[in-house]
Amino acid sequence: MHELSVTESVLEIACKHAEKAQAKKVTDIYLVIGRLSSIVDDSVSFYWEMISKNTVCEDAKLHFKRIPAKLLCLQCSHEYILDDELTPCPNCGSARVKVISGNEFNLDSIEIQR
Amino acid sequence: MSENRIKIVEKVMNANDRIASQNRQRFDASNTYSINLMASPGAGKTSFILATIHALIDQGVQIGVIEGDTAPVTIDSDKIAAAGMPAIQVNTGGQCHLDAPMIEGALDQLPLDEIDLLVVENVGNLICPAAFELGTHSKIVIASIPEGDDKPYKYPNIYRGLDVLIINKIDLLPYIDFDMDYFRQGVEILNPGLVTFPVSCKTGEGIQDWLTWLTKRLPVKK
Ligand SMILES: Nc1nc2c(ncn2[C@@H]2O[C@H](COP(=O)(O)OP(=O)(O)OP(=O)(O)O)[C@@H](O)[C@H]2O)c(=O)[nH]1
Ligand SMILES: [Mg+2]
Ligand SMILES: [Zn+2]
Repeated sequence: MHELSVTESVLEIACKHAEKAQAKKVTDIYLVIGRLSSIVDDSVSFYWEMISKNTVCEDAKLHFKRIPAKLLCLQCSHEYILDDELTPCPNCGSARVKVISGNEFNLDSIEIQR
Repeated sequence: MSENRIKIVEKVMNANDRIASQNRQRFDASNTYSINLMASPGAGKTSFILATIHALIDQGVQIGVIEGDTAPVTIDSDKIAAAGMPAIQVNTGGQCHLDAPMIEGALDQLPLDEIDLLVVENVGNLICPAAFELGTHSKIVIASIPEGDDKPYKYPNIYRGLDVLIINKIDLLPYIDFDMDYFRQGVEILNPGLVTFPVSCKTGEGIQDWLTWLTKRLPVKK
């Protein structure tokens, strides 16, 4: 639901750092997204093509890396990694779990030409 | 890593969250504790704010209120003003929630430096307000007895990101089939260990426990 404004934010951060590095062109953008983040890759890519035109980031390729979520069971204190959907604690079966990480959306790095 | 690869590691935020974090910086700069108060229409948001004002006014606590409504009315902000506190009415123009830019606009009209506690009364709605960060220090939902005990099951999202839950109108418990255990079980699944205060804004029952929680978070008198 927020993809356009999130994509604008990606562009803004990338352009800021490209300028600082005196880049002629940004060729690749590496994004890291938590498994539980609701960001949809395709719709980010869709907006990206539109809004990156005529900027230093034009034609830059977006790379999405999904990282697993980490959960903590509040019943038995077991910490576990989630690769797919939300599941109860694999140790004791409790549904009382807390998300430790998995909602992140970071711009990790960019590849530039000087 | 090639020399043309530049490491950044910066959080990507949507426009709303970006402004929300600016709002938070303003609250912190003025030493104002801030609350985003959410509930369905008529749950008792305004009554709860008024009860809080009346309880703290003698201690000299300054409370500012931002009232969000979908229609251009000033019913709620007039009540706050009548209680002697500054209130800003924000008309969302039909939108079903407040967002961070609306709060930013309202903050420009409030004497934030003089305000110890800022309460935002969100639009009466259990769905949309949950998706928009405003930048407040805490998010509080008021559930009320007449709404029924199944609301956590039907509106899970608003219960997930909460810091405090108020269960209002407990004076009506004798008249309404409301299974408190069933209700609280639903909340517990969504938000384990959530701080919860059952209150009645009508009789004042339970309000003291809420005030104890709140006053611990208010700034030491400016
Ligand atoms: N019996 C009883 N009635 C209450 C209580 N708290 C509020 N009310 C009544 O509930 C009605 C709605 O209260 P408000 O405080 O206006 O509710 P609100 O959530 O601000 O409503 P909107 O701003 O219109 O969404 C009023 O008639 C109040 O008098 C309570 O604890 N017990
Ligand atoms: Mg109201
Ligand atoms: Zn467990």
